[in-house]
Amino acid sequence: MSTSAIAAPVGTWQLDKVHSSIAFQVPYLAGAFNGSFREFDGKLDLSDDGASLTGTAKVASVDVKDDNLSAHLQSPDFFDAESYPELSFASDRIALDGESVEVSGEITIKGVTRQLAATGAAHGPVANLQGNDSLRLQLATTVDRTEFGVSWNAELPGGGQALSNDVTILAELYFVKEA
Amino acid sequence: MKVLAISGSLRRDSHNTALLRAAAERAPAGVELELWDGLKAVPPYDEDDDVDLAPAAVTALRSAVAGSDAVLFATPEYNHSVPGSLKNAIDWVSRPLATNPLRNKPVAVVGASTGIFGAVWAQAELRKVLGALGARVLDRELAVGQAAERIAGGSVGDAEVLAELEDLVGDLADVVDARRAAVAAA
Repeated sequence: MSTSAIAAPVGTWQLDKVHSSIAFQVPYLAGAFNGSFREFDGKLDLSDDGASLTGTAKVASVDVKDDNLSAHLQSPDFFDAESYPELSFASDRIALDGESVEVSGEITIKGVTRQLAATGAAHGPVANLQGNDSLRLQLATTVDRTEFGVSWNAELPGGGQALSNDVTILAELYFVKEA
Repeated sequence: MKVLAISGSLRRDSHNTALLRAAAERAPAGVELELWDGLKAVPPYDEDDDVDLAPAAVTALRSAVAGSDAVLFATPEYNHSVPGSLKNAIDWVSRPLATNPLRNKPVAVVGASTGIFGAVWAQAELRKVLGALGARVLDRELAVGQAAERIAGGSVGDAEVLAELEDLVGDLADVVDARRAAVAAA
């Protein structure tokens, strides 16, 4: 729980999965691989004592624009979906300053848990068409994938390696407060 | 536990096939190594032939892999790399990539050569290939150099090689056990 509560009504906020996304970007040569997870879930709990954000994503739902790459990402060379089917996150602190938000907590990838801090923007709350409050958090952070054992790479014929170790995680989270 | 043993050498008196026979004779309790001898019958990969009714030798190999808990490869080294016939057979098994029977399968690679290096480059390249198609690749090698002396008369006479081979098969069996535990827990 944080000591700095977000300026929104207390209660449990469920993730609207249609309007949310969990994506990642890995620099590759001069470009980048972009991918996302189709299946994920999350929850934001706001109380007078503070706030907490938790979420999970299914590794098998990894979505990239190439079926062979998707298969490779799920294999032991990368995420090892068979042994570690989920990624997870649990916050220990959420700090809001105007529209800026900073979330810190523990992320678990391939069975390895590390502390991280993500920063971004908060928008809302705004009442949706059903009259329920909605809130949007846009968060970004960068992790070193090799710290989680996601270490595959390939030597380039001219020297250097094909894939960056630093991966940017982009979470676009749209929450709706439970009635 | 069933381990399929695949030699990348077709030669009758192959040092690599002898390594696999030695591994089979010394397999730990509960581990059965089955030597696969169908490599020569696998045709060159052709996507036009990779249809529902694949060539019989390919179907047999895919079934043998699917029916095994792990695969142990022994590879010679041709021109600093994996023999074409072995790579070709693996290419057949790897299609389609997302559902191929080597996916998530614990695999290990050993190798022998008559030179001093013991097929280290072929082993490294084979591990890379197996990782690319989704196998659970044991991160260790067994490089048996000077094979003509150490594997004379089709039999592995070197006690150090035998001990390492036995240990490596034990590690491979541990990966099978760990996989079963991880799948049960997931």
